[in-house]
Amino acid sequence: MIYARGLVKRFGEFTAVDGIDLDVAPGEAFGFLGPNGAGKSSTMRMIGCVSTPSGGELRILGKDPVRDGPAIRARLGVCPQTDNLDPDLHVFENLTTYARYFGIPRAEARRRATELLEFVQLTEKATSMVEPLSGGMKRRLSIARAMVNEPDLVLLDEPTTGLDPQARHLVWERLFRLKQRGVTLVLTTHYMDEAEQLCDRLVVMDGGKIVAEGSPRHLIDTYSTREVVELRFGDEAPSSYVDKLAGIGERLDPLPDRLLLYSADGDAAVSELHRRGFTPSSVLVRRSTLEDVFLILTGRTLVD
Amino acid sequence: MVLYRRLWQASVFSSFVLPVLFVVSIGIGVGGYVGEIDGWDYLSYIVPGILASGAFQTALSESTFPVLGAFKWTRSYHAARATPVRIIDMVLGWQLYIQFRVAAASIVFLLVSAVFGAVHSPWVVLTPLICGLLALSTAASVSAFSATIENDSYFSLLFRFVMIPATLFSGVFFPVEQLPAVVRPLAYASPLWHGVELSRSAMLGGATPWPWAVHVGYLILLSALGLWWAWRAYSKRLRD
Repeated sequence: MIYARGLVKRFGEFTAVDGIDLDVAPGEAFGFLGPNGAGKSSTMRMIGCVSTPSGGELRILGKDPVRDGPAIRARLGVCPQTDNLDPDLHVFENLTTYARYFGIPRAEARRRATELLEFVQLTEKATSMVEPLSGGMKRRLSIARAMVNEPDLVLLDEPTTGLDPQARHLVWERLFRLKQRGVTLVLTTHYMDEAEQLCDRLVVMDGGKIVAEGSPRHLIDTYSTREVVELRFGDEAPSSYVDKLAGIGERLDPLPDRLLLYSADGDAAVSELHRRGFTPSSVLVRRSTLEDVFLILTGRTLVD
Repeated sequence: MVLYRRLWQASVFSSFVLPVLFVVSIGIGVGGYVGEIDGWDYLSYIVPGILASGAFQTALSESTFPVLGAFKWTRSYHAARATPVRIIDMVLGWQLYIQFRVAAASIVFLLVSAVFGAVHSPWVVLTPLICGLLALSTAASVSAFSATIENDSYFSLLFRFVMIPATLFSGVFFPVEQLPAVVRPLAYASPLWHGVELSRSAMLGGATPWPWAVHVGYLILLSALGLWWAWRAYSKRLRD
């Protein structure tokens, strides 16, 4: 579905995407994970054929996005990061008007709009204007709109950013249903749980480059340990324990409020801790998540 | 390719009520004192001009805030960009919408003027076309301008220093020969003056000041340049 080699996007002096390689297969759910400014959205815009690559090779659905832009876009569904629904039209018309952009006949557009509103659970809002809808409803409508041309490939740029937990779970559940139908999904996110829930395979981007690639499980196994022990000490700064705990677990990561101890066997590490006479005020053994991978790979410094 | 053009329930009403008020107040009120211009009563003289300036103003205002808004606030153009719709379709689609607005307003206005007895030539049937061309020549480049700016405060400058002077000094209310010779070229450059003269000639049956083909040609040239500029500006805005 997507093939890229050495893909580059520059904005003047600034290089947003710095030579990435990608392969996305049909039916796959593929994720771009990375902090803000990592180049995820720029990559998505190139895949969506709205931004011209500055260098490298890119093929979408086997076609060249620069030459065959309209033909490729006819088979893509795009759900942008910022909703761009039409505020002058009501919910149902937003879908039918958009369908007309694809040259879908009116009667067919109405049939699909009815079906899609059902799918995203907005049927009773069909004649509501867009503005009074909640963020979650707008996002669901955007997803429905992206599906109106029955696309082969759906691009979702941060599909659940800014939504409350209920709305996120509903969006995830709908996206999962799409995936089950065999639709290829490509999404960007900076939520680890989202990537773990939805993606078969993902890449971690940082500074315009791909820093890791694989299934969520594979990434965790490669870049983190199976378990993580979170330790809190009542008295001193966690960093002062780094030397004292040396040799326990595979890696130590002191945070301002707690110490993360990466270990294949968390309970064994805790026993060792007690044997050496340490008494942390709280101990939590948990499974390693993508978040750990993400923070290991892209660092803890805040990027804006 | 059959594409849906965005047609909103626009207030066609306001775009001809204002000209009608103008006709009534200035044409009949002021006209009573002014007497005749070029052998015509003042009402008949200004009606073609007001018709053209109505088209000009509709074209201008419909290509300012709605265009900038579709890029910046509602991002409708970005939404359309993700579909097979090409940039030139977006440019032409919006111009087509303005054409509908102007055509509807011109036709209603003509009917009202006929009632006031301001129609004197069968060529009047050409005036909606003239208004359409005038609207395109204005709206294309104003849309292009709107696509290049980030901030709507430019529009108040545009209204103050382009729209109002153009409306006042393009031969709508008095012949441009009354203007001092130094500022006359400004009127000649204004698409509105060409539209006004064509419209006046069509409604009153007289000859245009310059050969009519020059007036029409100038408006076509402006339209073509405007559309090219709009295509460039839309592309630039949507490309990255």
